[in-house]
Amino acid sequence: MLSKWKRSALGANVPHDKQTANMATVTMPLPEKIILPMQQHIGAPCAPAVKKGDTVLVGSVVGTAGGFVGAAIHSGVSGTVEAVDSVLMSNGRKAPAVVIRPDGKQTPDPACVPPQVTDHASLIEAVRACGLVGLGGAGFPTAVKLSPKDLSAIDTLVINGAECEPYITSDNREFLECSESVMRGIAAVKQHLGIQKVVIGIERNKPEAIDLMFSLVKNDPDYSVKPLECRYPQGAEKVLIEKTTGREVPRGGLPADAGVIVMNVTTVSTLGKYLATGMPLVKKRLTVDGDAIASPKNVEVIIGTPIADVLEFCGVKDNVSKILMGGPMMGTAVADPASPVIKQNNALVAFGPALASMPAPGPCIRCGSCINACPMGLSPVEIAGAFNRGDAEALDALMVDLCMGCGTCSFVCPAKRPVTQTMNLAKGVLMKAKNGGKK
Amino acid sequence: MEAKKLIVSASPHINARATTRSIMLNVCVALLPALAAGTLIFGARVLLVAGVTVASCVGFEALYCVLMKKPVPVGDFSAVVTGLILAMNLPATIPLWIAIIGAFVAIVVAKQLFGGLGFNFANPALLGRIVLFIGFAGRMTAYAFPATDVDALASATPLAAGVRGLDILPKLLVGAHGGVIGETCAAALIVGGLYLIVTKTISAAIPLSYIGTVAALSLVLGQDVVLQLFSGGLLLGAFFMATDYVTSPFTFKGRVVYGVCLGVITCLIRFYGNMAEGVSFALLLMNLTVPYLNDLTRQKPLGGVKSK
Repeated sequence: MLSKWKRSALGANVPHDKQTANMATVTMPLPEKIILPMQQHIGAPCAPAVKKGDTVLVGSVVGTAGGFVGAAIHSGVSGTVEAVDSVLMSNGRKAPAVVIRPDGKQTPDPACVPPQVTDHASLIEAVRACGLVGLGGAGFPTAVKLSPKDLSAIDTLVINGAECEPYITSDNREFLECSESVMRGIAAVKQHLGIQKVVIGIERNKPEAIDLMFSLVKNDPDYSVKPLECRYPQGAEKVLIEKTTGREVPRGGLPADAGVIVMNVTTVSTLGKYLATGMPLVKKRLTVDGDAIASPKNVEVIIGTPIADVLEFCGVKDNVSKILMGGPMMGTAVADPASPVIKQNNALVAFGPALASMPAPGPCIRCGSCINACPMGLSPVEIAGAFNRGDAEALDALMVDLCMGCGTCSFVCPAKRPVTQTMNLAKGVLMKAKNGGKK
Repeated sequence: MEAKKLIVSASPHINARATTRSIMLNVCVALLPALAAGTLIFGARVLLVAGVTVASCVGFEALYCVLMKKPVPVGDFSAVVTGLILAMNLPATIPLWIAIIGAFVAIVVAKQLFGGLGFNFANPALLGRIVLFIGFAGRMTAYAFPATDVDALASATPLAAGVRGLDILPKLLVGAHGGVIGETCAAALIVGGLYLIVTKTISAAIPLSYIGTVAALSLVLGQDVVLQLFSGGLLLGAFFMATDYVTSPFTFKGRVVYGVCLGVITCLIRFYGNMAEGVSFALLLMNLTVPYLNDLTRQKPLGGVKSK
């Protein structure tokens, strides 16, 4: 009650639809070609390291990181580089890309050997060589995340296994199928960054994953498992930090300012696999689901596989009207199914006509649902008012910049208004005013 | 599937089930017990009055929007809710033409002239009631008395009659006494209010803080608590009128403050004023303060402190 006095914010009860939760991952056959865009992360794009006609092996570098904030890109197949071209990505942007035709032999690159990790610097080197990015969806280069300005201020590693988006179960499968890698990855980060505590946050709708993690960490007092209530978005970084540690990340700050590093479970597990095998990030588990998919499943896909191939493998229906890269709350609607699966993708959701079209918006009835649902405790209806007035000062006072675009406000709106889009536009107005003010 | 035309839209791609219409229909459902009770207590004319207010509210809204070349929004059922609540606020004896004037004030003056749904500064039905009360005071207080009860209270309403509340509590709960259509049967109003809370159509913060404040102040100031709670317009006002989304605050904190202020003003008017309309005027006054309350009771964002 007291916390409600300060902040009504509750999040939303989104549907779970996690019917693939108990489906073991199946491996997709080799695609006819893979397309590797040189931008699969936040930061500078990669520079292609191969040219047309080159032969590559599984794990060979095809794109070298373009700067400190960047991550190398590797081939998931052995074969021949068919073209170095530009492609349309699932987000509608064009990016340079390397197209590779597999030879079917899947010969691993002999350069892929387990790395020697002895300290923080060599761990970061390994993370870079792995091409690791935040696999929960953000795609932020992990090497940068693990190099905070003041390492001594970090006392907690939070593992994000909330998986609060409807449909998606790929992180759940990561816990259940790769728990050894998960633990190995966590241990490496904990040891080499000198972090005392590890908290693993998992939503209560994944009881098997919670039980398994409990049994794995019960003898180590440094580790704890935190079951989270099923309320979207528990997996949003700042929300998760508050739920697991009780700390607030200050406005404009990073998790490190709250003494925390947050890593997605699949990210940390991929690191664990790399440390054991030396095979960089070239494969990804996707949950393929939605009412336009005949047989929903969890599929292990080679990064770069065209979306259309993955959907065909799962039996896409003829009436497919919308394809989402990611979950239905924050996923991007795909413009062209020929665009490839990239590193940070964790699901493909395909909707038929009924689910694909959104209801028409009506006038705002000022019910306050958006305010009482916003996980960041913002006031979307008032932000929309300030946006309509073009009032950047009010937008600053209302702290619209804290919005992470989670979609909760639009989801709960009974008038079906595109509240989240207005929030995004309002963020733009505030940012423009701030930059203009400095000039 | 290559040639398929795909829909590309911004996230999120799913919606909660509640719609403006479903919310308004919930309010209508919640009002049915009180309407049924009113009909049993005051006779079939209640249905006629309610039919006329609902029809004229919907009619005025449609007419206004057609004349103004705006899309006709009657499908959202908000005008139906206004019509029903307005009927609840009228005595069963009201001449129908007065009821129609009330509907005009509610829909055209209070709602549409200010921009329609979401832009009204005060609760439309409330404004209709107040205008009628001031304009036709005699007719508005010509309360019908239950035909079923020969022993009905002699004076206007129990609140004005000066009897001990506890003695007539069963009568108050059933609503067998004089008053407007929808406010006499306390039990029906509580059932409707609980329905709204259980279906999460309204938050319990406003009715609880409002009714609680009235109870506490009545106790402290030596008034008859039972009478203050179960007669007069308090329950109708607290559950159905104070909780109108447009004219009540957004946050939990704001709603509690709003309810407490409503309670204080209602008690001040009832105990020290010379008019009977405590709830109506408290609501109108507090409706006007909602923009300021929203400003003062905004929730603090997560991490809402500027980093150094």
